[in-house]
Amino acid sequence: MTVPETSPVASSRTGRSVPDSGRWRPGRKAMRRQMLDYLATGVSIAAGSLLLLVLVSILWTLLSRGLVGLSWATLTHRMGPPGSGGGLSNAIVGSLLQTGLALLMAAPVGLMCGIYLSEYGRKGNHFASVVRFVADMLMSAPSILIGLFIYQLLVVPFGHFSGFSGAVALAVLALPLIVRTTEDMLRLVPTAMREAGAALGAARWRVILFLCLRSARKGVTTGILLALARMGGETAPLLFTSLGNQTMSTDMTRPMASLPIAIYQYAGASYEDWVQLAWTGALLVTFGVLLINITVRLSSRH
Amino acid sequence: MTPVLRSSHRRAGFDTVFHGLLLLCSLLVLAMLGGLILLMATGGWQAFTRFGLSFFTTSAWNPVKDVYGILAPLLGTLVSTLIAMLIAVPMAFGTAFWLTYIASGRFSSIVGTTIQLLAAVPSIIFGMWGFQTIVPFIARDVQPFLNHHFRHVPVLGPVFSGPPVGTGLVTAGIILAVMIAPFITAVMVDVFGAVPPMLRESAYGLGATRWEMMRKIVVPWSRNGMIGAVVLGMGRALGETMAVTFIIGNVTTVGWSLFAPRSTVASLIALQFPESPEGSLRLSSLMALGFILMLLSCVSLVLARCLRGKRQ
Repeated sequence: MTVPETSPVASSRTGRSVPDSGRWRPGRKAMRRQMLDYLATGVSIAAGSLLLLVLVSILWTLLSRGLVGLSWATLTHRMGPPGSGGGLSNAIVGSLLQTGLALLMAAPVGLMCGIYLSEYGRKGNHFASVVRFVADMLMSAPSILIGLFIYQLLVVPFGHFSGFSGAVALAVLALPLIVRTTEDMLRLVPTAMREAGAALGAARWRVILFLCLRSARKGVTTGILLALARMGGETAPLLFTSLGNQTMSTDMTRPMASLPIAIYQYAGASYEDWVQLAWTGALLVTFGVLLINITVRLSSRH
Repeated sequence: MTPVLRSSHRRAGFDTVFHGLLLLCSLLVLAMLGGLILLMATGGWQAFTRFGLSFFTTSAWNPVKDVYGILAPLLGTLVSTLIAMLIAVPMAFGTAFWLTYIASGRFSSIVGTTIQLLAAVPSIIFGMWGFQTIVPFIARDVQPFLNHHFRHVPVLGPVFSGPPVGTGLVTAGIILAVMIAPFITAVMVDVFGAVPPMLRESAYGLGATRWEMMRKIVVPWSRNGMIGAVVLGMGRALGETMAVTFIIGNVTTVGWSLFAPRSTVASLIALQFPESPEGSLRLSSLMALGFILMLLSCVSLVLARCLRGKRQ
């Protein structure tokens, strides 16, 4: 922005004379306004830079603490007692299994609900606006409460913690995200497309699934991937549902290890090698999550 | 019936099935929130009926005597959230101002995306990072300084006092602020972007500086949206668990100091849960805490919705 130009007339009205040299100079008030503008600009840029700095600091801390412990053994050995050269393989496998199963549960239901909201729940449908509101509420519900909820729902009746209940907790977490992005993306599909499909004699479900959903598939996939990224780093809901496990286990009905839980357990430990494993795990989780995010954002921009 | 009609009849039948299926999934979403609130309420019923009002007004968390009060974590949550808001709101406002009106288009989109990446970092990572960097900083540099200079100041003295361990409400507030600032920024960028260009250009045309345009045109125009963004961020700060668990210190006491170890609702649930056997009064108290947390989160969302809805 250029200097705000006060005309000579204005400055003479405020009682200040135009300088003899004929060259215009800002008066005191104009100076003050400009200084204030500079100050606000500077503070704003500083605030934004501070946030960037935090991201850099987090990544730097993770790299400097976690990279040391990253080795083939970390990825292939399972967790073990301190000093035994344990790794994180069972936690990685557990994380993949639970998030995978959670995605298999959340994606179809989320897609269906999103389709309902966008295709049947336009203006005037009160049921749809209630569903929309509830989805928003679920999205902003603290994740630890979802853990408590699934604990009451699945762990207490069956009498033991299980990988399956962990997956359900993650699915509940991902569901509202998928619902809302699916709806938003389907809304971007022009009505003309639906009308064209209907004019060709296609049934409504066919129009929705093979025309609308197909043309919105990129955005919908983005939503699902972002939900996956969110699930990958969640700790609180797993704490009460899949509990964690020191041994390699792929049995969904038993307690199951996962990376975030392993990080949580090891970060507070007093053994040097466990703390190291926690940092390495943190590095893996963060870079996995950020990688999904960056890929999705870059590909959705083009 | 002609073949054409029959096929269209069958098609309509399948359409009904499809519609039913979609309805079922939507009902499932409703059932989840309903179940969540219901199970929390029934789980916490035992504690609510047993302690009554004293559940909210005492800070005793005594598993030996089986007496529980939630004043300490409740205050901890509210105060840490307040501190977080005090830091996050100016930060987010400044960042959004920078991204929408100061930075050039391409640069702003790169910086904006990068800041959004910060929102994607899992909360447990924020906890570890905070414990690694912020806690030592507070303990080594900030606390001794404040203790030394404000020890005899009437009000500030007790507020800044405390052993220099680095964990506490201020530390939690800082971490929470950094976590929610990207969310608030994102909403504010949207809100600022929705201000009609005509209004902004008119302000420039009258000779306003950029800051004056911001303060006199953009802020009044998008006030509701901004408050909505802030409340939304507040909702997130209230329920944040893993990051806070690392840095709050986890002591259920009430006091004036902002630098002494405290606890919050979410961190108390996370930490006490493993030691609370099923069916015990302790677990019921945790469920009751969960119910209150859910209420807080719902109220903040409804508030945000009302404030944002007014403009649209």
